Amino acid sequence: MARDADPAVAAEALVKRYGGVAVVDGVDLAVRRGECFGLLGPNGAGKTTTLRMLLGLTPPDSGRLTVLGEPVPQRARELRARVGVVPQLDNLDPDFTVRENLTTYASYFGLRERDLGRRIDELLAFAALDKRASARVPALSGGMKRRLTLARALINDPELVVLDEPSTGLDPQARQHIWQRLRQLRADGRTLVLTTHYMEEAERLCDRLAIMDRGVVVACDSPEALVERHLERYVVELRGDAARRWPAAGQGRDIHSREVGETVLLYADEPEPVMAAVAAAGLKYLLRPANLEDVFLRLTGHDIRE
Amino acid sequence: MNTPRGPAQRWLPRPSLRFIPVWRRNLLVWRRLMIPSILGHFGEPVLYLLAFGYGLGALIGQVGEMEYIVFIASGIVCSSAMFTSTFEALYSAYTRMETQQTWAAMLGAPLDVDDIVLGEAIWAASKSLVSATAILIVAGVLGLLGGWQALLALPVILLAGLAFACTALIVTALSRSYDFFMYYFTLVLTPMLLLSGVFFPMEQLPAIIGTLAYLLPLAHVVEVVRPLVTGGVPEAVALHLAVPAAYAVVSFIIASRLFRRRLLG
Ligand SMILES: Nc1ncnc2c1ncn2[C@@H]1O[C@H](COP(=O)(O)OP(=O)(O)OP(=O)(O)O)[C@@H](O)[C@H]1O
Ligand SMILES: [Mg+2]
Repeated sequence: MARDADPAVAAEALVKRYGGVAVVDGVDLAVRRGECFGLLGPNGAGKTTTLRMLLGLTPPDSGRLTVLGEPVPQRARELRARVGVVPQLDNLDPDFTVRENLTTYASYFGLRERDLGRRIDELLAFAALDKRASARVPALSGGMKRRLTLARALINDPELVVLDEPSTGLDPQARQHIWQRLRQLRADGRTLVLTTHYMEEAERLCDRLAIMDRGVVVACDSPEALVERHLERYVVELRGDAARRWPAAGQGRDIHSREVGETVLLYADEPEPVMAAVAAAGLKYLLRPANLEDVFLRLTGHDIRE
Repeated sequence: MNTPRGPAQRWLPRPSLRFIPVWRRNLLVWRRLMIPSILGHFGEPVLYLLAFGYGLGALIGQVGEMEYIVFIASGIVCSSAMFTSTFEALYSAYTRMETQQTWAAMLGAPLDVDDIVLGEAIWAASKSLVSATAILIVAGVLGLLGGWQALLALPVILLAGLAFACTALIVTALSRSYDFFMYYFTLVLTPMLLLSGVFFPMEQLPAIIGTLAYLLPLAHVVEVVRPLVTGGVPEAVALHLAVPAAYAVVSFIIASRLFRRRLLG
């Protein structure tokens, strides 16, 4: 198919303003077909707003946007026929059963039950909800609701699935379950664009990540490349008492350090001298390789955002 | 830099048959609660008929050539249609938009805001049809109907339901909470109900008030429905139907524009 050659998402200089404030401020994104692309960023960074623009649910104030070859928002409805959406907050229909949620949602795509054939049963099995098919939504656990929302997003066999915090609020098992399903979708050749606050999720699932802060993409690469490019290889981590005493003890030393709440992070490609300095001050420490969370903290600052 | 004119900026709605799944979704939910809902549609007007028709009617006797209970039965068909449609387009639509986020889910699918607004309007009008039918059945059983042409009132009620739904949807589009709806009831619906000839003939009112009432749809609906229900022949039908039709069209345009701005902002 010729249109498979189109990138999944091509966004140039997207801007969205609310009340004069640019909450998305010149975002460029290029998502390839078949990859899992993650948007990472603190609360209020503009992730959801960016996804809403991709789906044509809010028009950008300026910029150019093409998704699956469709210009957005001009052809947003045609686009959404080929996309699956998992919103940040579940909006399942509480008046319907699990199965009815799928059939009703299918009707919004112009799909009747007889067109769907075995698809509903397959999706129920995919979401491990086949035994709860006639349960009402309010009777489902948080994990089940999320799985149902994911199954619902697949009703139209979408080429692209957009997921806004797919595993937020889930327990570790439920999260693992969602991850496994997302890997399966990617293996089927679908493109995934997701947002997350979990570094582990981003690291494990995403081929590439864009880190957003205050409406701007501050870095975009594979998780490994981000860690390599933006950080020293190792982190010496001081906690609690050690963290409190280090600023005095470490004064004047040429060590790259960061304070994050109750923790002090010391970055180094060669950690031995740092460890020696910390030990000389009589402080306990933890040595570990730098990871995505360190990159995130470095690039997005440390103050709490609302 | 391009600034495409998306649906949020458009002035005119683009109605399409895609409203049908929205309408159908509401129908499926309603089917669940059909029995209590239909009992409600029968129960309330029966109470009104008994209280006003027999209670008040005993004091009033005739209105012109008509028994008071016959007069008021034909009025209540219209006012119930108005309230049924309005409630659905205010409270229920607001719940689906805000509390339940049902509309947000629909917008993730290939439906437009216009499809949702039209689906909700036609659904609210459908419910007013159910309520009018219930009252006509009650009135028929009580022997208050003038004949089979009473059935011709139903398409008029559907149009009226659409007009009341679309105007109520404007209010819903502007609301930030359920409380806001009280203004609409107090400032618009109650005066319209009292002044449009539902409970007493409009000739009883000072001419200026009658003229004002004719600016609103309910008086025109009553003018057509009352003769149809009581066995008469309505006059100036085209004019009387043009007013609710105009309300429906203009309100739909305004409401859908407001909803597009609210939901796609
Ligand atoms: N409809 C709106 N009207 C006004 N401001 C808005 C609107 N939608 C979003 N914002 C603001 O835009 C900013 C970005 O919001 P957005 O929801 O995109 O952030 P986010 O990255 O998804 O955050 P979170 O991680 O908390 O979900 C926030 O400051 C938010 O308050
Ligand atoms: Mg968000």
